[in-house]
Amino acid sequence: MASHYEAPIRRPLVTGEKSYHDVTLDVVAPVEGKANKQWWIVFSIALAAFGWGLGCMIYTISTGIGTWGLNKTVGWAWDITNFVWWVGIGHAGTLISAVLLLFRQKWRMAINRSAEAMTIFSVIQAGLFPIIHMGRPWLAYWVLPIPNQFGSLWVNFNSPLLWDVFAISTYLSVSLVFWWTGLLPDFAMIRDRAVRPFQKKIYSLLSFGWSGRAKDWQRFEEVSLVLAGLATPLVLSVHTIVSFDFATSVIPGWHTTIFPPYFVAGAIFSGFAMVNTLLIIMRKVCNLEDYITVQHIELMNIVIMITGSIVGVAYITELFIAWYSGVEYEQYAFLNRATGPYWWAYWAMMSCNVFSPQFMWFKKLRTSIMFSFAISIVVNIGMWFERFVIIVTSLHRDYLPSSWTMFSPTFVDIGIFIGTIGFFFVLFLLYSRTFPVIAQAEVKTILKSSGQRYKNIREAGDSLVGTGSDERTSKKPKATRKPNKKKD
Amino acid sequence: MSSNKKYWKSVEELNPSQSSAVETLKHKEFVQEIPVDEFLGDKSTLESSETTRRDFLKYVGFSTAAVSLAACEGPVIKSIPYVVQPEQIIPGVANYYATAISNGYDFASLLVKTREGRPIKVESNSLAKANGSINARVQASVLDLYDNQRVAGPTKAGEAITWDAFYSEVGQKLEALKGSGKQVVLLTQTFASPSTSKLISEFQNNYENVSHVVYDAISESAAADAYQAKYGRRGLANYDFAKAKTIVSIGADFLGDWQGGGFDAAYAKGRIPENGTMSRHIQFESNMTLSGANADKRVPLKPSQQKRALARLYGKLTGTSVNVTLPAGIESAVDAAARELSKAGSNGVVLTGIQDVDAQSLVLEINAFLKSKAFDPKTTILTRQGNDAAVVKLVADMNAGKVGAVLMAGVNPAYTLPNATAFVEGLKKTELSVTFSMKNNETASVSEFVAAAPHYLESWGDLETKSGHYGLVQPTIRPLFDTKQFQDVLLTLNGNTSTYHDYIKSFWSSNVLGGASFNDSLHDGVFTASTSVTIDTTETAKISTDVSVAVNNLAQAKSSDFELTLYPKTGMGDGQQANNPWLQEFPDPLTRTTWDNYLTVSAADAKALGFENTNDANGGLDGTYANVAVNGVTVKAPVIIQPGQARGTVGLSFGYGRSAGLKEEMQTGVNAYPLYQNFDTTPSVSIEAVGGKHEFACVQLHNTLMGRGDIIKETTLEIFNTKDAEYWNPTAVVSLNHIETPVSSPDVDLWDEFDRSIGHHFNLSIDLNSCTGCGACVIACHAENNVPVVGKEEIRRSRDMHWLRIDRYYSSDETFEGDNQTKDDIEGLGSSLSTFGEMETPSENPQVAFQPIMCQHCNHAPCETVCPVAASSHGRQGQNHMAYNRCVGTRYCANNCPYKVRRFNWFLYNGNDEFDYHMNNDLGRMVINPDVTVRSRGVMEKCSMCIQMTQKTILDAKRDGRPVDVNGFKTACSSACDSGAIVFGDINNKKDDVTKLKDDERAYHLLEHVGTKPNVVYQVKVRNTKEA
Repeated sequence: MASHYEAPIRRPLVTGEKSYHDVTLDVVAPVEGKANKQWWIVFSIALAAFGWGLGCMIYTISTGIGTWGLNKTVGWAWDITNFVWWVGIGHAGTLISAVLLLFRQKWRMAINRSAEAMTIFSVIQAGLFPIIHMGRPWLAYWVLPIPNQFGSLWVNFNSPLLWDVFAISTYLSVSLVFWWTGLLPDFAMIRDRAVRPFQKKIYSLLSFGWSGRAKDWQRFEEVSLVLAGLATPLVLSVHTIVSFDFATSVIPGWHTTIFPPYFVAGAIFSGFAMVNTLLIIMRKVCNLEDYITVQHIELMNIVIMITGSIVGVAYITELFIAWYSGVEYEQYAFLNRATGPYWWAYWAMMSCNVFSPQFMWFKKLRTSIMFSFAISIVVNIGMWFERFVIIVTSLHRDYLPSSWTMFSPTFVDIGIFIGTIGFFFVLFLLYSRTFPVIAQAEVKTILKSSGQRYKNIREAGDSLVGTGSDERTSKKPKATRKPNKKKD
Repeated sequence: MSSNKKYWKSVEELNPSQSSAVETLKHKEFVQEIPVDEFLGDKSTLESSETTRRDFLKYVGFSTAAVSLAACEGPVIKSIPYVVQPEQIIPGVANYYATAISNGYDFASLLVKTREGRPIKVESNSLAKANGSINARVQASVLDLYDNQRVAGPTKAGEAITWDAFYSEVGQKLEALKGSGKQVVLLTQTFASPSTSKLISEFQNNYENVSHVVYDAISESAAADAYQAKYGRRGLANYDFAKAKTIVSIGADFLGDWQGGGFDAAYAKGRIPENGTMSRHIQFESNMTLSGANADKRVPLKPSQQKRALARLYGKLTGTSVNVTLPAGIESAVDAAARELSKAGSNGVVLTGIQDVDAQSLVLEINAFLKSKAFDPKTTILTRQGNDAAVVKLVADMNAGKVGAVLMAGVNPAYTLPNATAFVEGLKKTELSVTFSMKNNETASVSEFVAAAPHYLESWGDLETKSGHYGLVQPTIRPLFDTKQFQDVLLTLNGNTSTYHDYIKSFWSSNVLGGASFNDSLHDGVFTASTSVTIDTTETAKISTDVSVAVNNLAQAKSSDFELTLYPKTGMGDGQQANNPWLQEFPDPLTRTTWDNYLTVSAADAKALGFENTNDANGGLDGTYANVAVNGVTVKAPVIIQPGQARGTVGLSFGYGRSAGLKEEMQTGVNAYPLYQNFDTTPSVSIEAVGGKHEFACVQLHNTLMGRGDIIKETTLEIFNTKDAEYWNPTAVVSLNHIETPVSSPDVDLWDEFDRSIGHHFNLSIDLNSCTGCGACVIACHAENNVPVVGKEEIRRSRDMHWLRIDRYYSSDETFEGDNQTKDDIEGLGSSLSTFGEMETPSENPQVAFQPIMCQHCNHAPCETVCPVAASSHGRQGQNHMAYNRCVGTRYCANNCPYKVRRFNWFLYNGNDEFDYHMNNDLGRMVINPDVTVRSRGVMEKCSMCIQMTQKTILDAKRDGRPVDVNGFKTACSSACDSGAIVFGDINNKKDDVTKLKDDERAYHLLEHVGTKPNVVYQVKVRNTKEA
């Protein structure tokens, strides 16, 4: 047999020799089944955290920003740190579903649905902060360029904060549309399986009348491609614009041209880490190990390693440029970051973001599920510290030493952050019980992307006849047409 | 059984058959046909109608809703219109009245701004030729008027009584005392009031055994004694530092409250380098004071060493041999000072703050010897008349039962006396005790009668601060409460039915005015006469002191391990204004700590004794406690490590630790008066650390300049005179294509320049040479701009709301120049790591620099570009505007402000019980300036360059049809600055002072390299460091 060159066979993206129907059943299981005790426990904790955060937000809005730890020198701290952190996390979803779609990376199919859900949920968290950090949040609509009764008052298009408003809202809407488009055939699948009328009604509404006709599929593919094209620049633009909040300022440590690529790399870095965190749990809880395989985790770990290294290079570049610039304020800002009163935050950031991903050079480590999970948590802690370091250590000691001070969070700062984590998990847990968490329609297209099974059959000396067909349909006599997998 | 009766209204109805009209009408609702067709039939009219059916329903709905809403209870705003409109009160137009403050501690002629009958701000009276200092306390005194803790009427043993009852009871008791042989004592503040002196002497004639004891809480008795001995008048020597070229001060904080204060304006004049010269100031002192901070050379030494140094200085100057032991460094410094003084001759002046008759006499001798021009022996300062010996005797007499009645006015001995308990015990033995007081303070609460006294802005009065310089006090508002001033009560007790106003008028006409008009004097608030009539200070015999004895006594002054220097804090003085939230929140110019007093300790002693200052996680300053004991009296005070504090000395300020007659929030600090035994401000003390942690509220947590010499540019007089401005005031440059280009050049500008040559363009110049750091501008800004008070907790969290602050920096090296050098010498990473750490610690005897900072009103303002809603935008006149109504509170502007001058309303600071200061009660709110918005929570605020004042000036000129006067523009800070350090004006008016100052060689912009193009310019600080 080995007389000729044998092309290597792709590793199967879905393991466990799944049939199309198996895929359907696996995906629909959490939706049709009942929630177990663990789900309820986790959901209750998340809900409690959300409730606590909500209480803190109400306290802030009713009493004043003074309930936070901010002061005359440090005007932003946990609020904008959390904002940038959540926006950053949101980046992975779009990258996976849009950029990897354009690059025909089929492994994305198992994870893009949840990654994008994560994007939307985290952008919702992020969007909370610019509103509640305002001194007068009830006037938040003033940042929108809407015609108003205040005479000729208009927003200030010079302000990066306004650009943020546009960037985030565009990102949220495009992501949502993209996500929903992908969900249509899957919702339709649940609709078609639903036996309870209420459930059927809901999923009919959600699936926008998807019929599964060829024209539907054709349009589906076209829209996906167009949206991917639209979303791809957004992956770069959103965090670029978020970084402008800092880069266009005059504060040493903020006023840095390197920020856009540095922030985008950091965002993808943290986003992939969050995807890892969520999916490693989800594959276990929802029995999706055959779809989200070690191969997926490994690929994501590689992305984490690369982006982590980019971020590391950015950190070092910043230090170098500070020294090279010869600007004493700039030099002191970076020296103070690393060795000043907040040195621990800086080194927490350095070790979490730059050192920890380097373990992923070892195949053994990057294919270890427990290790990947641990690193994904570490990376997210590190990325939170990155934003804290940039915001707080730059502000707390800027130009005039007379205004130098320190920042310490209050229980409200902490409560709101925990609250958004709770809110995020509330949304994600609800999603995991009601949405098809894997893009099953797409996954079905890659079931047979590997020839390993056929090779095995052939090598065992068995006949290949009929091995590619679905058990249920092929047993029927006169199976003249191919089984319609979409109708499963 | 039903009735068959039929009721009818008309015959037709009774007999329906006869008429069909009834029948027809029965079926109609309206008698006449509704002309429906008329208004509905014509379709074209209907279509052209403005009101549709839907609109009609909307109107009905709205009216219903409006009517029901109107039925709800609306907010009640109490505003009572005048029944008879006073001619001079025009709503929206301020009236100014000249008056004066004379509260026993501060004496000054003032101009009071009233709005709609409410005094809202005090300003300096520019007509006064010899004015006291309009310091921070005087600026804040207007708020004392609206203190809701004031006594509303006379009380007896805590129960309210009427004035009639008061007069009859007090009168009866005084009558009863006649012939009892017991003394009747008037224990008063220094009034410096000729008419009051006369009134008191009349009182003495009417009653038997009356003695008048004048008591100053912080006594200058030794100086007054020395002056009296030499010049035959009780008072203090008068100095004009503008005439001095060499000033040597031994322990005299003459820029603070030394001998009544008010010397800073003249001093500042001499500090501006002109024609190559400026004054040279050498300061020998223990505590770091404002004077020491401004000195060209500062020598820290113990109080006992000050005495010896003074003796040596005298010896060196006069060539007499004086044998003193002093450490070598101090000895050479004294010798150098003596050489400089000898060289300066009559241009020199020597001062001392040592509370010792010998020392004070010696200084008078030295100045007489030098024939010092700055020292004017002809005029006497009359604002400190207190006599320590008389007070001591009074307490003894009271306890011996020799005193029948004590009438107290303007004093609070139960708080300020070191032996307050003995005083209170003595008071119980008297038959009558009356306190004239605005508050139920420590003394009032132990007095039988409290005579509710008016605030000075509700009173009449006169004063003679310096011999020949008179002032008049007139009320600027009707008394808010049922109060009577001391003088009115004396008149009544004297049986005189005239009012004090009439009394002053006749007294002035016959004694002071010499034919001049009383009304003119009242209008001006001041009057200058060639002679002095003050009754208290009639000539006494001159006693010639034996100088050699004095020198000997001083030379043998004994040192102890620790010597305490008690001092008045700039913001609190003697403590009578302790219930004033502006002053409580006023940062001390040196420690920049608010809401507290503390023991200042040198770093070396702190280390040896185990004191430390640490910072909390939120930056807040913490300090450990010390027990300070003087002759068995122990006070527990928190410690602040004070750079410049002489080793072996500690400092503690008066004025804190009040316990009665003030809100709980204001009961801050510790009372230092118990340590002021025998009126000795420099007792020997024993100090021990007692641990614990005190939370300070300090607005500046970083004390050094970190070698950032471009923030406070400074040079020495020598370099200033010999080198080009480019050498000592280099222009900020940036690299453009590898060519250094001035940052102000349009080539490196991101923006297009506007034409700013039309209209007004405001600039503010701050001279770092003449700014003494006194902080009067800070309070003036509070008063003018309704700056809220936020309280100790919030200040501790670095949330002060001050629109104008005075940054104070200590050098880490011996000098700031040394700091710059240290920073420039940093080589490599390792060295920068350690060096920057070391630069955070101030030197043991540092140079000090003050820098007032307010919004710099940048022409290219970083705050303006970042606001998403354009709440911060630039004005045509150069101001950076803040539209409070538009602000949504993102705080982005504050983050992006390189000067950190923007202040955020973290909470609602007015009408909020959490912030129970003046803005939380109706009385306190009367001080609010109606021209300035009171900001709500969630918005950013900052200095507006007093736009309400500049607009007023412009509109007044416009209405009169004239151009604005030269130097016609003012801000609150510029008009509060007696030293002339802050100058405001229009740079488009070539004649305005600020136009010249803007282009002065010394002018520079703060952080010019950032490219913000501020409208505030600073003048380079020049130090006269070279020994003359």
